[in-house]
Amino acid sequence: MADKLVADKHVRYILMAEKKKESFESVVMDHLRMNGAYWGLTTLDLLEKLGSVPQDEIVSWVMSCQHESGGFAGNTGHDPHVLYTLSAVQILALFDKLNILDVGKVSSYIAKLQNEDGSFSGDMWGEVDTRFSYIAICCLSILKCLDKINVGKAVGYIVSCKNLDGGFGCTPGAESHAGQIFCCVGALAITGNLHRVDKDLLGWWLCERQVECGGLNGRPEKLPDVCYSWWVLSSLIMIDRVHWIDKAKLVKFILDCQDLDNGGISDRPDDAVDIFHTYFGVAGLSLLEYPGVKPVDPAYALPVDVINRILLTK
Amino acid sequence: MHGRPRKASEPGEDADSAAKAVKLRSLQSQFMSNHHGKIYTKVAIELSTELLKINPEAYTAWNYRKLAVEDNLSRIESDPDLVKSILDEELSVVESALMQNFKSYGAWHHRKWVLSKGHSSIGNELKLLDKFQKKDSRNFHAWNYRRFVVELTNRSKQDELQYTEDMICKNFSNYSAWHNRSVLVSSLLANRADGFMPNEKIPEELDFVHNAIFTEPGDQSGWFYHLWLLDQTVDVETPLLASSWPSHGCSIILSGPGCLNDSSSKFTTFCSESGSFPLIIYFDQAVGGVSSSTVTIDSELKGNEDLVWEPVSGKNSQVSCGWVTRMKYFSSEPIVRKEYKVKVRVGNSPGIISSRGGCNFSAPCEFFFTAHVHDAAVKDSEESIVSWTDEFDIWDAQSEDLNSFVSLGRLNAEMDLNWRQEALAKEVELFRQLSDSKIGKLTLARLLMASEAMASDDTVKGAHYEEILQLYNDLMALDSSHYQYYKDMHSVAFLHKVTSSTESLSRYLFRYRNMNNLVCLRLNNLSLSRIASVEKLLFVQMLDLSHNELHSTEGLEAMQLLTCLNLSHNRIRSFSALDSLRHVKQLRVLDVSHNHIGKHSVDTTRYLCSSPLSNSEWTQDEVGRQKPSLVTKYWDAYFVLRDMSLKQLDVAGNVIAGDEFNSFVLQVMPKLVWLDGQKLRT
Repeated sequence: MADKLVADKHVRYILMAEKKKESFESVVMDHLRMNGAYWGLTTLDLLEKLGSVPQDEIVSWVMSCQHESGGFAGNTGHDPHVLYTLSAVQILALFDKLNILDVGKVSSYIAKLQNEDGSFSGDMWGEVDTRFSYIAICCLSILKCLDKINVGKAVGYIVSCKNLDGGFGCTPGAESHAGQIFCCVGALAITGNLHRVDKDLLGWWLCERQVECGGLNGRPEKLPDVCYSWWVLSSLIMIDRVHWIDKAKLVKFILDCQDLDNGGISDRPDDAVDIFHTYFGVAGLSLLEYPGVKPVDPAYALPVDVINRILLTK
Repeated sequence: MHGRPRKASEPGEDADSAAKAVKLRSLQSQFMSNHHGKIYTKVAIELSTELLKINPEAYTAWNYRKLAVEDNLSRIESDPDLVKSILDEELSVVESALMQNFKSYGAWHHRKWVLSKGHSSIGNELKLLDKFQKKDSRNFHAWNYRRFVVELTNRSKQDELQYTEDMICKNFSNYSAWHNRSVLVSSLLANRADGFMPNEKIPEELDFVHNAIFTEPGDQSGWFYHLWLLDQTVDVETPLLASSWPSHGCSIILSGPGCLNDSSSKFTTFCSESGSFPLIIYFDQAVGGVSSSTVTIDSELKGNEDLVWEPVSGKNSQVSCGWVTRMKYFSSEPIVRKEYKVKVRVGNSPGIISSRGGCNFSAPCEFFFTAHVHDAAVKDSEESIVSWTDEFDIWDAQSEDLNSFVSLGRLNAEMDLNWRQEALAKEVELFRQLSDSKIGKLTLARLLMASEAMASDDTVKGAHYEEILQLYNDLMALDSSHYQYYKDMHSVAFLHKVTSSTESLSRYLFRYRNMNNLVCLRLNNLSLSRIASVEKLLFVQMLDLSHNELHSTEGLEAMQLLTCLNLSHNRIRSFSALDSLRHVKQLRVLDVSHNHIGKHSVDTTRYLCSSPLSNSEWTQDEVGRQKPSLVTKYWDAYFVLRDMSLKQLDVAGNVIAGDEFNSFVLQVMPKLVWLDGQKLRT
C-alpha cells in the first residue's frame, strides 16, 4: 500500500518504456505509438520532467507520420486517422512547436470528415463516433480555426447522443459510458455549450461511479479502473459537480495502483502497469490537486499552462 | 493492461514474448509492404487475415482489406455468387477477430462496412449477436451493432422491447438492457404508439422496475430507469408560466437614480440611470421562442414597441426558464408623475416551445401591474458605502402585501394531474418500506419533493419538507462518500421550504433604509451550499448570502433586480464561479471577501464561464493590450469583472487579494468607488 506518489519511478518507467521495443506488447501497440507518446510526454510534463526527452527527435518523428492529406498516422507507415492527428497536435502543443504545422492542411483534413448531420468520421472509411466529434473540436480549437467546421451542427449531433440518464453515448441511442461522456462534455465545454448538459442528472450518474474502495468505474455495476479517474473526474469538474465524490478515497485508490518497485500505474491494484493507465493516474491526481503534479486542463487534456499560453494570448 | 495481473516475468517468458514479437513484426512489415504496393492477391490478403487474428486492433489492416474488397469487387461485379463469397470471407474474418477481442472498434466497423456493400444474409446478424450478447451481456459494441441491425431490418420496437425484457428477467443487473429499454419506451411514448399512453405505460414500467430495486436495493441497474420514470410522471411537456416580475396585480415605483423621500415600504422602488426596468417572466421549464410577437405588452409607457427578449443567462443560450426585456419608463420629455397600467400577454401567438419535447406553451395567459413613475430623485446616494451590518428594518408588511410582490404558485395550471398524483402517492407508499437503504431514502426524498411540486391543494403544501430534510441528513451519515451531493439537495429542499409560503419567506425579509427601502433577503449563516427557488425571489434587490458554503452563483442570473449581493465567507474558488452575475445588469455592490479565490489549482467553473477557452469571448480592450500577462494570469477576473458596473467591491481575505491584483481590478473597473472599504476617489 502506498501513501505517496513515487513520481521519480514513474518518470523512469516512461523513459524506459520507449526503449523496450522488442516485447510482444510493444509490437501489438505499434500502430498507436502516437497516442502512447502523447500519454507519456504529457505525464512527464505534469511531473515537470519534459526536459528529459530528446525534443527534436520526437518532433521530427511526429512530422514523419503526417500524410499528404494533412492527417497523422499512429506510426510511420500506417494510415492517417483523427485519433492520432489529435495526439500529434497535442504533442506539438506541449513542445510549443505548433508553428511548424501547416495549420490549413491539418484543419482541412479534419473539416472534410464532418458529415451532413454534424457528426464526424474518424477517417475516410466512415466510422462515426462522438469521440471523433471531440477530437475534431479539440484539435481545431487548439489550432484556432473552429470556424472551418459547422459548430452548430456538430453540437446538435452531440446533443442528439444524450441519454435519459443524462450521459452520452457514441451514436444516438448508444449507452452512456464515462469515456464517451468526457468526449461529449469536453466538446460542449470547448464550444461554450455546457448549458446543453443536464448537470445535476449527469452529475449524480457520474458521482455514483465511485465504488466502495474509492475507485471509479465507467458504467453502473462495473469494476473500478484508474482510467476513469480521468474520464469521470474531468467531466465532473467541467460541470462543477466534482465535490459530489470523496476525493481522498480516490487519491488512495490511484496511489494503491502504483508499481512501487518499477514505476508505472495499473488499472487496479496489483495488475500489470502500462503507459495509458500511468497517464490517467497522474492526470487524475492532478485533477485532485495532488501536491507536486502540475494542473491539467479538464477539457483539452493538456497542462493548464500550455492551454493558457495558446488560448489566452492573441 | 486491463485486468492482467502484475508479476515479475519468469525465465523463458521473455524469450517467448520476444519470439512472438519477432513473428508479429515480420507479419506487420510484410503487410505494410503489400499495403503500400497496393498488392491485393490471395496470398497478400491471407497475410492480413493472419495479422488481424493476432492483433485485431491493427486498424491499417482493416483499411487494407476494404481496399482489397473494392478492388476485387470491381473485377467481378456481374457474378452475385462471387460477390457473396468475397463478402462472406470478410464477415468470417471479423468473427474470428471478435473472438480474439470482443471490443475491437476496427472489427465491428468493418462488419458494418461489409453490410453496407449490400450483403443479403443480414438475418444471420441477430443470431450472431444473440451468441455474443449471451457471452457478454454488457458489451456496448454489441448493443450498438444490434441497434444498427434492427434499424437495417426494420425490426419493430415492440419486439426489441421484448428482448430487453427477456434480458432483464434473466438478470436484472443489466444496465445496458435497462438503457435500451429507456430508449425504446421513450420513443414509443413520444409517438403515442398503441398501448403507450403515458398515463398507462408509465405506471406499468414503474411496477416493472420495482422488482429490480426491491430485490437488490444496492444494485444500481434499475436506479436511473426509475428516476427517469419519476421525471416522466412529474414533468409536463407543455410549459407553464411560473412567475414574473413585476407580478400580477402589483404596483411598483420607478424613478431616476438616487433616493426618494417618500418611498413607501408597501411597494418595490426601482431606480435606474438608464430609465428602463427589467420585465422578467419565468417558466417551469426551459423554453425557446420568447419574442415581441409571442409576448405582447399593452401599456402607455412610450418607446416600448419593439422589445427585445433575452434569456436571463445571456444571448448564447437559445432556451431558458427565465427571460427578460427592458422597458423604458422615461424618454427625453420632462417627467410627469404618473401612473401607468401595463398588461402582459404571454403566448399570444404560438411560438414559445419547450426544450423537453418541443411542445407549445399551453394556453395564453396574461398579467398586469401598475407602474408609478416619479420625477427627480432627492439626493444622490451613489457615493455612499453600503453596509451589511445596520440600516435594516424588519419586514413590517402584512403577508397580503407580500403576496403582491411574489407570485407563489403557478398562474396557469392545466395538466393531466390525476394519474400523476396517483402514481406518486403509490410510489411514496412503496418506498417508505425501503427507507432503511440509501436508494430507498434518496428516492423517497425525491418523491416527496415531487409531491410538493404537484400539490394542488394549498392546505397540504409544505407538509413534507421536514421529512425531506431529515432524509437528506440521514443520507449524509449513511453514505459519506457522496456527502456533498446530499448536502446540496438539502440546501435545495431548505430553500423550497423557505419560499413555500409568504409566512416562512417573510421571516428572512428586510428593508434597507438607506436606499429607497430596498427589499432585502437575508439568508446568511444557514450553511447553504447551493442556490434554488430563484423563480420565487425575482423581486429581491439586496441579497445576503454571507457565511454559507456556496461555491458558485449559478442560478442568480434570474434575479435581475439584484443591486447588492453579499457572498462573504463562502467557498467561492474563482471569479469564473461568478459568471452568472455578468447578466445581472443592476448589480452595483458585491462582497466576495473571505472566500477561497486563488487557493486552488483546479477551477471547477473554468468552462462554465464565457472566455476564449470555450471559444465564447475574445474582444480585446485597452487593459488586454497593455497588460497581456496579467490578463492571462487573472483571466477569469478580467472577463467577469469588466462586464459588471460595480461601485463597491470587497475581495479581502482571499489568497488572490494583494497590491498587484487590486491595481489590476482598478484598471478593469475604472468606475469602482469602494474597494475593500476604502474610497478610491473623492
